[in-house]
Parts: sequence; structure tokens; C-alpha cells
Amino acid sequence: MSLLKVNNLKVNFKTYGGTIRAVRNVSFEVDYGETVAIVGESGSGKSVTVQAIMGLIKKPAGEIEKGNILFKGKELLQLSQKQLREIKGKQISMVFQDSMTSLNPTMKVGKQISEVLLYHQHVSKQEAKARAIEMIKEVGIPNAERRYEQYPHEFSGGMRQRIMIAIALACNPDLLIADEPTTALDVTIQAQVLGLLEGIKENKNTSIILITHDLGVVAESADKVIVMYGGMMVEKCSVQELFSNPNHPYTWGLLESIPNVSNKDKERLKPIEGSPPDLFSPPKGCPFAPRCKYAMDICMEEVPRLYDVADGHSSRCFLNDEMAPNIATFSEVEERV
Amino acid sequence: MSREARELLFKPVNKKESLSEQIIRPSLPIWKETAINILKNKLALFGLVLILIITFFAIAGPAMVPYSASEQELTKNNLAPSSEHWFGTDDLGRDVWARTWQGARVSLTIGLVAALLDLIIGVTVGGISGYMAGKGKRGDRIDSILMRIVEVLYGIPYLLVVILLMVIMEPGIITIIIALSATGWVGMARIVRGQILQLKSQDYVLAAEKLGSSHAKIIGKHLIPNTMGIIIVNLTFSVPSAIFSESFLSFLGLGVQAPFASWGTMANDALGVVIGGQWWRLFFPALMISITMFAFNAFGDGLQDALDPKVRKKGGK
Amino acid sequence: MYIIRRILTMLLTVWVIATLTFIMMKLIPGDPFSTEEGALPEEALANLYAKYGLDDPLPIQYLTYMKNLVTFDLGLSMEGSGRSVNEIIASGIGASATLGLITLVVALVFGITLGILAALYHNSVFDYTAMVIATVGISIPNFILAPLLMKFLAVDLQLFPVANWGTWQHTVLPSLALASGPLAIIARFVRSSMLDVMNQDYMKTADAKGLPTYRIVVLHGIRNAILPVISFIGPLFVSLITGTLVIERIFSIPGIGRYFVDSIFNRDYTVIMGTTIFYSLILVVVLFLIDVSYRFIDPRITLTSKGGS
Repeated sequence: MSLLKVNNLKVNFKTYGGTIRAVRNVSFEVDYGETVAIVGESGSGKSVTVQAIMGLIKKPAGEIEKGNILFKGKELLQLSQKQLREIKGKQISMVFQDSMTSLNPTMKVGKQISEVLLYHQHVSKQEAKARAIEMIKEVGIPNAERRYEQYPHEFSGGMRQRIMIAIALACNPDLLIADEPTTALDVTIQAQVLGLLEGIKENKNTSIILITHDLGVVAESADKVIVMYGGMMVEKCSVQELFSNPNHPYTWGLLESIPNVSNKDKERLKPIEGSPPDLFSPPKGCPFAPRCKYAMDICMEEVPRLYDVADGHSSRCFLNDEMAPNIATFSEVEERV
Repeated sequence: MSREARELLFKPVNKKESLSEQIIRPSLPIWKETAINILKNKLALFGLVLILIITFFAIAGPAMVPYSASEQELTKNNLAPSSEHWFGTDDLGRDVWARTWQGARVSLTIGLVAALLDLIIGVTVGGISGYMAGKGKRGDRIDSILMRIVEVLYGIPYLLVVILLMVIMEPGIITIIIALSATGWVGMARIVRGQILQLKSQDYVLAAEKLGSSHAKIIGKHLIPNTMGIIIVNLTFSVPSAIFSESFLSFLGLGVQAPFASWGTMANDALGVVIGGQWWRLFFPALMISITMFAFNAFGDGLQDALDPKVRKKGGK
Repeated sequence: MYIIRRILTMLLTVWVIATLTFIMMKLIPGDPFSTEEGALPEEALANLYAKYGLDDPLPIQYLTYMKNLVTFDLGLSMEGSGRSVNEIIASGIGASATLGLITLVVALVFGITLGILAALYHNSVFDYTAMVIATVGISIPNFILAPLLMKFLAVDLQLFPVANWGTWQHTVLPSLALASGPLAIIARFVRSSMLDVMNQDYMKTADAKGLPTYRIVVLHGIRNAILPVISFIGPLFVSLITGTLVIERIFSIPGIGRYFVDSIFNRDYTVIMGTTIFYSLILVVVLFLIDVSYRFIDPRITLTSKGGS
């Protein structure tokens, strides 16, 4: 049994402008000790997917239309708020993108760590404080005792993200969800924070869902990759497969748009032309079809199913259909990567 | 769909016709979007309609009855509202309808003129102060002198100053307007200065400056258009506040003097008799003050929401 | 240092007010002794002038006034009763302070509660009702509301005494009339502040921590939402002071506000000046205390910085 199993998840948001179909039929699994990366551009539904896991999609604005989220075999969507609170922050915890705004500005950071311990582990106040200081040290912040008493604005961005990680790890969760944890940070700090997450995974066997739009980060730390586009999962495979045998044209586009430093030719960056689909009225066919170089008439008409292209590798693209002409491979790109 | 028909669909799309970029949502000019947002906001629309109705009656109301606001008919005093005197009469037999709408002219005029003066002085002071700040030693000194004045004036309860001014000067409409604007511009000046300071640090303004745009061009093209929203919103809020201050002063007996009547003086005159049962003498002017304040406040709220991009974004997510 | 700079501005403000008041009083045409019912005998007039120092040249009068002001001596009332302005203020402060404090507490407690509830039940019937009532509440001036309350609750229903001062029943109607506006403003302010806070990322963090709802709402939400209310107490205080002027008159409450209004009609210069300066002093001190306490309560603001906008 896997640690987390998401099945046919469908999430909508109701707004004045209409209903946003943010996530459409997403399914994946996370095994113990595994890092799963979810890749995609803004608005692809990756954040919403994990927010649904954390029970952060709230009515009346947001609604989980259908699907299952099984955590250790337990259906999270059926749990009461109270039962869910027993899991949130304790067995599944989350690190948000913007550490600047994700910490309460008027509460001492120490207290923001220790309150998790107080509520989930029922320890005494002194004990919680001692453990919180321990956590601050563990995420690599010196002067932990003094830092405990400080407020978020006294920390740098990277430090604040470390505090967020300390909060998330306080109760030794089985699953850590990191929603673009390094996007708001400098490149050097990014590496440190990623290193920290890597260490946690190795030492504590914590499973990680890592949301990112940076394929470099994926290559470095993920085991499995899910590529999302327009609220749909378009490709799912191991990290090796992603780089050696990518199947979906959108994935190709992503790989092509990585700047290549070693290339001697002065090559321009290759962006993916066009803009992401309007989620208010998504196209009836493949969401990527209007931007896809290889689109066929069928792509405009219906949403492709997931085709199995290799063991544990599936792709939502009609090019894999037996009827499709054999028009494209990824050879040119393959040479570059 | 048959297998054959389906198979036909598996051919590359003709790029020219379908890959043309669709514009997802047409973008509107800001004033149009603002107008649409106000019309969508029921409370703001309601406020706007009320303002128009009150203005209409202020213009046409007195002429709708055969009595003038100051005409006394002592035999017909203290009459309750009837088909003859729609809002009743007062102790001197004057028609309350005529007086209420005559009062509306006075109150609205004072409110609008005082608000406009606040706007002119406040925008000038705030604009100069904000623009000069950080422009060399001289600029900083101008800013700091202006801001000291504002700071001191801000610390004084403004109605006290107005009361004192009213004591010194001959009571009357013009005196009220002068007294109200003497201190009323401070709030506007602070807001405009803050906004200008914020805008000045924006990259596009810095860029325009570095590229050698003239002061006039920067002020006219970048600073003023981008402060307009906040100025207009503040203007909508200073009208009811001036109307409130006027009625407050008139209520204290310091405001408009006979033969003029404002809603405040009418309410003040009625204070002694309302307990005796002549409710209409307090009720109608009181209702008009309240409706007018409500209308401007509601409209201002709506305008603020409509112009605030933060609120606009909230509608989207 | 910030506090010193602030205290200096405070003193400057009070000095400006005192000087302005002095100049204004001297600009008023006529004086309390010469206006009414023909002139007093020349000799009596001269005596009165001497008693109040009105025969000195203006600069001397100004210096005397300032000197007395420093020792908190506001002079004698010109109303013939022979009472000093200090006595008048002392006799009125009890009623005014009681009324003001009750109003302040009522406006803050109910305003904050209403605003938070409206935000928590955002877009519900409760929210809409509360906000419509609040908008209406802002629109009805206290001097209009007061006679209405008087008519309905005191005269018709006889629930409370019509006017005067003494028992707690006497405080209900005046403080109700006085509190309605500020209460409504605070409710609306707190509501939008709370809505803003509830959209903040740290509220999501708190939720993701699996904390109990009350802790999320109270410690992470309400605390941050009502912090800015502190900056509201200043303007609130100003509106209370001006509000008491009319409310005390309407309900015949023997407070400073009534003496102030009376003194205006009697052209009682010393009382006008004295009460104005007294009001300004209180206000300036309150604004200062709010500013300083804000800096202690909100960790993001430090005492050395020049202060937020």
C-alpha cells in the first residue's frame, strides 16, 4: 500500500466570472520515502491539487467535485474537520511558497513552531519550547535560543523558509508537501533549502511532494514526476524517463525551454508559444492543443486518455494512438539534454 | 463516431486557421471598467440614484408648492403633514417641504464647495510636498515645512477650530465654507502626499525621469492620473463630512442664519418641539441629512471598491 | 530619538493652538462687557478690564496668558460668577469623562465583535444586515439620533430618563447616541481588516498546522485584524469630544462640552480658550499614547523609525 493515493481528483472554484475548472481528473501515488515532483506553469492546477490534499479547499468558493484522496488507506475527503486536524500538521505538513507572508507577522517564530507541538503531541509548554529550539537548530539556524524570541521580520527570506520547514517537520510527518519552496529565494539559498529537504528525506524517510516549475530542481531531487497542464495531468513517469524518454509535446516544450549553457551556438531560448488555456471555459479537446506544434484535428475535439508508453510511464497525448501518423520524436531535443 | 470517421481526425491541424491566438478576454479602459464595477455594486448604484433624486428635489422641490421657504402664515402654524402642506408647517406657519428643499440647496452647496476647496488645497499641498520630497535640500525643506504644518493641524480637533472661526467671523454660508476648508484639506493633503511618494518610487516613473521627461510631463502623465482614483474617492467622502459639519454647526446655532435655513438649523429649531409631538419638523430635515450622508458614503464605498485593483483581483480568485 | 521628537511636536501643537486661540479671541469684535444692554458705567468697565488684564497691551496679555498656561492656570471666567476656568473644567470633567469612556468601550467592544462576526460569516445574511445597519449608522448624525432616541425610548416608552445626569440610567441614551457612529465605523473597518487577514498566507499556514479553529481565528486572525484598530482610537477620540458638545446640550448633561457651548454664546473668552486648550491637550496626549503603545504592541514597528503612514 502506498502512503498517498489520489484518484480522479476534480476541483472547481466558483467566482463571479464563472466556474474555474482548476483540477480535472488527476490521479497519482506517493510511496513511502519517495519524492514526487509536480511540474507545470502557473495556473496548471499543481498548487490546488496539494491544497485539496491538505483540506485547504474551502466551500463555498472551492469545491472538490469528485475523487478520492487516500492517506494510509484512509479517505481524507470523508473525514470531519476534527479528524482531519489530527492528520494536518502532524502526519502531513506543508511548506508554502512565500515565506514572507506565510508566517504570522505578530507572533514570535518560536511560538509558531511550538504551537504545533502543543496541539499535536500534548507536551508541556517547556517541553514544546525545548523541542522548538531543537528544531530551529536542526534546520541550520544558529543562536536558536535567541531566534526563538524573534519575529518573522527579523529573519531573511531563506531563514524564514527554514522556519517554515521547522514548523512542518516539528511532528515528524510521513508526508511533506512543499509548494514551490524555493521560488521566492536567491539561487544560492535555493540550493541550501533543497539540500535541507534532501537531508530530511534521507534521515527520516519522509515522503515529499515537491511542486516546482524548475526542471533543474526536479532532476536533482525527485524520484517521480507529474507534469500538469491546464488542470490536467499530461504526463507521469520516473525522473529518468522524463529526461531520457519524454512523451508529451508539452513536456518537450518544457525541456526545450531550459537554457543550455554548454551549447556553443548562440541559441535563443525557446519559449512555448501561446498562452495557457482559459480555465473558465477550457477547450473541449486537449488543453495544450492550441499551442501544440503537432496538434491534430482529434486533439481539438476530445480530451486524450492516458496512454501507457512504458512501464510506469503514461502520457495524455493522441500521438501515442495507433491511428496517429508517426510524425514526431524527441530526438533533436534528446541530443541537447 | 465510426472508426473511419475518427481516423480522419488523426491528421495535423491546418495551423493557419486554428493556431491564431485568441484573445481570451478583452481588456477595457479603466474608466469603463470602473463604471461597470459601480453599476454591478448595488449599494453604490443605490447611493448614486439617491444623490440624483436629492439633487433633483433641491433644484425643483421648492417650486413644486405654492409657498416660499420664508413665507409666514401664522394662522396655519404647526400643521401636521397633509395634502396641502406635504411635510407640515412649523411654528411660524412656514411650509416644511419648501424649507427642506431650500435647506437642501444650502447644505448641498456648502458640502460641494467645501469639498472642492479641500480638494484644491489638499492636492496642491500634498502634491508639492510629495513631489519635492527627496529633490535636494531645498525640496526636502519645503516638504518638511508643509508636513509640519499638516501635522500640527492634524493634531487639532478640527471642529473646535471651525467653532472658533465661526465665533470670530460673521456667521453665514461663506463663513462656514471658509471655516470648513481651513482645516478640511489636511486629510486630502496627507493622502495625496503618501500616494505621490509611493508612485515616485515606481520603476516606470524613475525610468521616465532618467529618460529626461520634464517635471510637468511626469506630474501630468504619471503622477496625477495614478492618484486620481484615490482623490475622487476621498472627494466623495469629504462631501458628506462637510454636510455633517455644516448641520452640526447650524445645530449648535453657529451656522447658517435666517433668512436662510439648512437642514441643521431646521433640526435645531425642532429640538424643543419634537417631544411635544411635532415630529415632522425634526423628521424631514433629519431624514434628508441621513439619506444624503448615506448616499455619498455608499457611493464612495462602491467607487473605492471599483477603483481598487486589490478588490478587483479578489473578484477573480 | 522618536519619543523625544514626538513630545516636541506635541508641545509645538499645544503652543500653536494656544496662540491661535489667543489671536482669535482678540479678533472677535466686541467683548463680554460692552456688548449687551448698553454700556456699563465707565469706572466699572475700567475695573473689569483691569481685573481680567484687558487693559494691558496685547503682547503683555499674551505673555501673561502663556505664563499662566504653563502653570495650568486658565484664568477666571468672565461670566461674573467668579469661578475659575479650572473649577469649571473640574466640575464638568466627571460627567464628560464618564460619558466618553462608556461610549468608547461600547463602540470598541460592539464594533469589533460585529466586524469580526460579519467577516467570519462573510456574504451571509448576517454580514449583509450588519453592514447595511453600519452604513445607516454612519449616516445618521448623533445630534439627529439623540432626539429620536429621546422621543421613542424616553418619552414614548419611558424606558430611560429623558435628560439630566446622575444615575446609570441617565448614561444609556447619551452614550447610545454618541457610540452609534463610531461603532458602525469600527465594525466596517474591522470587517474589512479581518477579511483581509483571512486571505493571508499565514492563515493557510495555521490551517495546515492542524490547529483548532478557535486558535486559528483568535490568535492568528483576530489579533492581526484588530491591531490596526488602535490607530483608529485617535480620530474616534476627536469625534467623541466634538460629539459631547451637542449630546451634553441635548441631554442637559453638566459636562465640559456644555460649558464650552455656553461660553461661546456668552462670549466668555477665558472659558472658550481654556476649554479649547484643555481639549487639545487631552487629544494630543491621547494621540501620543496611542502612537507609542502601537509601537509596543506591533512588533514590526520600532520606536526609532520615523513612523508609518
